[in-house]
Amino acid sequence: MTLFGYRLPMMSSLILWCLVWEIVGRADLVLLFPPFSGVLVSLWELVQTPKFLTASWTTLSTFCIGMALAIVAGVALGVLMGRVKAAENLLGMWVNVFASAPLSALVPVLMILFGMGETTIVVSVFLFAVWIIVLDTQAGVKHITPSLIDMARSFGAGRFAIYAKIILWAALPEILAGIRLGFIRGVKGVVIGQLLVSIIGYGELFELYSRSFLMEEFWALTIVLFAFALVVAELVGMLEKRIEYYAGVRQ
Amino acid sequence: MDARLEDPIAAQIAAEPGEQARSRRQMVWWRLASIALFCLAWEIAGRVPINLAFPTFSATVAAFAEMIADGSMLKAYLLTLQPLIIGLIVSALVGVSVGVAMGLRKSVEWIGAPIFIVLQAAPVAAVIPMVTFVYGIGLTAKVISVCLLALPVIVLNSYKAVANVNPSLINMCRSFLGSRLQQIVKIILPDASPVIFAGLRLGISAGFIGIILAELLITPTGIGDLITYHRAVANYAHMYAAIASIIVFSAAALSLLQWVEEKWIRPEKKRS
Amino acid sequence: MVAVTRKFPRPADPHGADMTSLESIISVRGISKVYSGQVHALQDVDLDFPAGALTTLLGPSGCGKTTLLKIIAGLMAPNTGDVLVKGRKVTGPGPERAFVFQDFALMPWATVVRNVAFGLELRGMAEAKRHEIARRYIEQVGLAGFEEKYPHELSGGMRQRVGLARALAVDADVLLLDEPFSAVDEQTRRKFQEDLLRLREIERKTFIFVTHSIEEAVYLSDRIVLLSRRPGRVSQIIAPQIDRSGSPDEIRRDRAYLDTVEEIWQSLRQFVD
Repeated sequence: MTLFGYRLPMMSSLILWCLVWEIVGRADLVLLFPPFSGVLVSLWELVQTPKFLTASWTTLSTFCIGMALAIVAGVALGVLMGRVKAAENLLGMWVNVFASAPLSALVPVLMILFGMGETTIVVSVFLFAVWIIVLDTQAGVKHITPSLIDMARSFGAGRFAIYAKIILWAALPEILAGIRLGFIRGVKGVVIGQLLVSIIGYGELFELYSRSFLMEEFWALTIVLFAFALVVAELVGMLEKRIEYYAGVRQ
Repeated sequence: MDARLEDPIAAQIAAEPGEQARSRRQMVWWRLASIALFCLAWEIAGRVPINLAFPTFSATVAAFAEMIADGSMLKAYLLTLQPLIIGLIVSALVGVSVGVAMGLRKSVEWIGAPIFIVLQAAPVAAVIPMVTFVYGIGLTAKVISVCLLALPVIVLNSYKAVANVNPSLINMCRSFLGSRLQQIVKIILPDASPVIFAGLRLGISAGFIGIILAELLITPTGIGDLITYHRAVANYAHMYAAIASIIVFSAAALSLLQWVEEKWIRPEKKRS
Repeated sequence: MVAVTRKFPRPADPHGADMTSLESIISVRGISKVYSGQVHALQDVDLDFPAGALTTLLGPSGCGKTTLLKIIAGLMAPNTGDVLVKGRKVTGPGPERAFVFQDFALMPWATVVRNVAFGLELRGMAEAKRHEIARRYIEQVGLAGFEEKYPHELSGGMRQRVGLARALAVDADVLLLDEPFSAVDEQTRRKFQEDLLRLREIERKTFIFVTHSIEEAVYLSDRIVLLSRRPGRVSQIIAPQIDRSGSPDEIRRDRAYLDTVEEIWQSLRQFVD
């Protein structure tokens, strides 16, 4: 939108919101919101504490392992369901159900099965992320024009080559879109997992801060998490843009 | 003089009702096979057992029946559904209005879009325990939890829907002298409704997550209470039954919404 | 910048044809249109459109013919110049002009009868009355029996008929058609052209037509306006003198028809890449 003739960039209203936050905080209007400046200060201090660094390491490592598993399993299952009609008919319903189900309800189950440690978190991340990856991969594989595969076969490509050289690449835009959504859900998974387990990682920190009502630390940690989620989504988005050029001409 | 124009293709377009009915019946068989496969896998996994805390499918069903019989399931749902439904209605009304406003006016878009984008991408769940500190552990806190999770996705989908309306249709309306209000009501909203409904479906999913988290993180009531209690006394079959019931319930709610959309809003969809 | 009217040795022309004696129902004066400060779609276009005639805007892609049509329709504002309808200046759409879109612009969630009645619906006409009018025109374009179907159940040709019926239903004086037959296959297209000629005998309206097909232009038009490539200017005006009283196939083999097509092709050839 334009103001006084100057075009304002998209996310710039966030600055306005931060100002609002600052004012609300200083006026002590809502107990929940300390002044934004205070949060920033505490953020700066927070990232230097060893407790935060270990918690971050826990979060990052469980997240990466869980996502890696989700991507491998998700893409494989998605390709299978996209190519084999029987697989789609048998599994499609369940994938759809789990993709929109309140998966947080499953975390207590995970806690019993896998204990109250990092394994549970990894499985959480995996479960939150994998379904959308399957769905988008499947959609991408199904949308491949058959003539592309016929072309590869007419030039003598074997089965493996067709999958590796044609199918994966042709479906890549949708796969990456699915992975981006998977990352966002995975972040939710790692946070919810830690919140419910509450004795490790960020969950432990959140528990500490909320019990002692350390609002500035709490918001600082929240901002760290939010920033992490957005950065991750942006990175995948950038990767998507790099291959976007051929997404449009595939039809 | 024969004023009528003939269309040779009109004669060719005949619905093939036989084929459509046949494939629909096939889908039903596949669905049943799929469910049977799932139950079988669960039963086997429970008998192996892959874990002492993993009950069989049959044990879970039995526990479910028991909880229905003694009324605990019903009571739990009544407690859970209250904040869920209130939260969803609020989120739907506010969310669609804000989203549509964002799609129609650049200034609203500028103010709102970044906030909701951040809220949707970020793990808002972290904030839920905090909500209790201001709003206590009652109904309000739980409604807010539902709204926190459902509102952003509804807003963003409604916004995207309105912003991506087919411009050719709007031009067509202008060419027949439609006013701005007519454009909004007769063209923009109907054209945007599929995506708005998709947003509502996502919102319902998110709302379920919100209420579950609220019940597991704030104070257990309703279904969350069932889950926590049975876990504490190691009634694993009952715990699993409660969890499965909420998942099935959310899937049913989503199907219902889809049915509503096809029946009332976009009737042309159900024919295809 | 030339406005030359060329006449051929003529056989009897049933439409009686001294075009200059007919009043202009639409005139454009000094129209220019520039996109984003750089693309000169139109420059200084002056044209008159005689009432009751079918005038075609013809030219290579990028010559601004659709832009000019949209400006006449009031869907786009020119940078300079005026559009006059029945002698009065207009800015914006009006009830005396109806537009037929290249991509049909049908509301996918509405039945055929509701789509056709849409122009009347916007005017506030009662439902029973406007549906009755709509059904009449649905029958006239040959879609009787399809009133309750949805656009996705129709072929491309049928959808365009719906668009045409909708434009006819509002009873405008001028029908503006933007490459209406370009999105259908060749056989349907020919049928459409023949049908349009027959339609003209019943509906005595003015037609302004945009196409990139020379044959279509010569087949249908009383007047052809050739536009040059960017920046679009009027390069020639031709009034084909063709005997249209014969069967469609006879017309397409008529000597005058073939000569006119060839001549226009030679004119436009220089603009082909």
